[in-house]
Amino acid sequence: MATTAKHDLSHAPSVIELKGVNKWYGQFHVLSDINLDVKQGERIVICGPSGSGKSTLIRCINRLEEHQRGDIVVHGITLSNDVKNIEAIRRDVGMVFQSFNLFPHLTILDNLTLAPIWVKKTPKKEAEEIAMSLLKRVRIPEQANKYPGQLSGGQQQRVAIARALCMRPKIMLFDEPTSALDPEMVKEVLDVMIELAKEGMTMLCVTHEMGFARAVADRVIFMDRGEIVEQNAPEEFFAHPKNERTKTFLGQILHH
Amino acid sequence: MTDLPAGERQQLPPPAADTGAMGWLRRNLFSSWGNGITTVVLLAAILWLLAWFVDWAVVNAVWTAPSGQACRGHGACWALIHEKYRFIFFGTFPYEQQWRPLLAVIVMVTMLGTSADRRMWNRRLIWIWGIGSFLTFLLMFGQINIPLGLILFVALAVGGLGMLLRSAVAAAPEIAGWRTLAAIGAIGIVLRLVGVLPPWSLAIAPFSYVETGLWGGLPVTLILATYGLVFAFPYGILLALGRRSNLPLIKGLCIGFIELIRGVPLISLLIMASVMLPLFLPTGMTIDKFLRALIAVILFAGAYIAEIIRGGLQSLPKGQFEAADAMGFNYFQRTTLIILPQALRVVIPPLINTFIGFFKDTSLVLIIGIFDFLNAANQALVDPNWAGFPSEVYLFAAFVYFCFCFSMSRYSKYLEVELNKGTRR
Repeated sequence: MATTAKHDLSHAPSVIELKGVNKWYGQFHVLSDINLDVKQGERIVICGPSGSGKSTLIRCINRLEEHQRGDIVVHGITLSNDVKNIEAIRRDVGMVFQSFNLFPHLTILDNLTLAPIWVKKTPKKEAEEIAMSLLKRVRIPEQANKYPGQLSGGQQQRVAIARALCMRPKIMLFDEPTSALDPEMVKEVLDVMIELAKEGMTMLCVTHEMGFARAVADRVIFMDRGEIVEQNAPEEFFAHPKNERTKTFLGQILHH
Repeated sequence: MTDLPAGERQQLPPPAADTGAMGWLRRNLFSSWGNGITTVVLLAAILWLLAWFVDWAVVNAVWTAPSGQACRGHGACWALIHEKYRFIFFGTFPYEQQWRPLLAVIVMVTMLGTSADRRMWNRRLIWIWGIGSFLTFLLMFGQINIPLGLILFVALAVGGLGMLLRSAVAAAPEIAGWRTLAAIGAIGIVLRLVGVLPPWSLAIAPFSYVETGLWGGLPVTLILATYGLVFAFPYGILLALGRRSNLPLIKGLCIGFIELIRGVPLISLLIMASVMLPLFLPTGMTIDKFLRALIAVILFAGAYIAEIIRGGLQSLPKGQFEAADAMGFNYFQRTTLIILPQALRVVIPPLINTFIGFFKDTSLVLIIGIFDFLNAANQALVDPNWAGFPSEVYLFAAFVYFCFCFSMSRYSKYLEVELNKGTRR
């Protein structure tokens, strides 16, 4: 994968701020004192062992999970129980899931146009034009009238990315987007994500694809037991991990 | 063949002995001495029974006779059906007016048949059901008085629904139209309540009036089953959604209602509706017996349908809810656009199963003295001139029920295939 020239983010405004975020599942402390500041256009890769709270963290940002203490501010809006706030944030934040979660009863095109038409009130014709241009971008325009069940995993995940992009989000969250894919399909999805990163999209990506992290990430975050253990630019992160837990983890996923 | 390198081998047909009618026979019916003998014995038994039935029902049957006496000593007495069929189909409906229930049945069957076609599932459905229902009840009652209040309420409901459902996709003039309709309805209702508008009603009276007490036979069964289920279905959906609600009050109410209704037999609910309900109503206020039975059927079917739909809702992966949430859909949009279309597809077989069950259960209304199809058939046996031929009447009734239930069953199959086109993985 091509190395990208790291862009200067020091003057970019913050788009996501997490301040002292805590969350429990029953007695289990799944997120403890998370502080995170995401700049506009920043690409962050979050990794860590399973159960470390990385998925929970990004799912808190669009309120699929509710945090119990601390503040999450997205685009200046503080997340609260106010449904209007939550819906406003969700319109600006796209999400891609591990299991695609396409709507199986709708065609690919309808999957893409449903939210723009009903949530953003885009006229149907315009929504379809946007959808087709995005399907071209993820290189499957010929599948527009098929149903999700007729596509391969890699194609479905590219549709899911296009579906999220149809809402013209300012931030994209990826929750292990390649983990459910057969190995030969991982690359086609990562290529789409790399392209997206190069266009300047703000991205938070939970993944174990370290090649992807090296290629596009501005920052790699390592989480374990609900904490952010270490974060750094990818070159530093992979070459000189500081924390013992990070070293163990990298040792497990890089050398086998 | 096998010496060819991998990738170039030809696809072979399966061995001939396993295919074709002979292969099937040998494998399934005559695979051993024991199986062969069983097959022959059972075949003989089936043929013997069939021969006996054909002899009774066709060869020795009496097709026309002046009274039951002429049938004695022969096979099936179809003359009884010939004599009584109008009573069985239309009950005590005035004899010379019975073309009206006949037409009503034809209208209802046409209405059900056309709306079964998936290509009709759009705005045409509203017209089909509006006109069909109006014709059915006009034919049955003969005269209909529509109070002004009801007309205004319908205007408000239709206008409101139009505004809600079309808000995202319609152009501005259409929305303005819906809004005007709703406004006329709302203002009209207020004026009517205040007393500015008179208690006027629209009278449509082309035929003589026939009260529901005289209705009977097939139209009663069809009306109870069709309108019972048509209202129970959306009601069941609301109950199922309510039962999954996060709001404790709504959830509690729905669970309480479902468990209460499922805990009692339909008969007791019908008796309650016919005997106890009038006791609670203010004096002078009465609700038609037929309507009370219909309401009992709706409440009962609603609870069962709710539980089936809840099963469908639970079968959906959590990811579907999350994906809808993540894209910013609100609860109403998420439910109607994404969750229900999928949940209902899953529950088509059990749902139609329940529909078939309720179609037959409507015969329980005989307990409160309503002459549905089966009860009318029962009454046809009472005539002393034709006493002693229950099998013929019940076979005939069973045949008519079977025609309706079997079409529903086939329709369920069609619907499953039709709705899952392309979505099968």
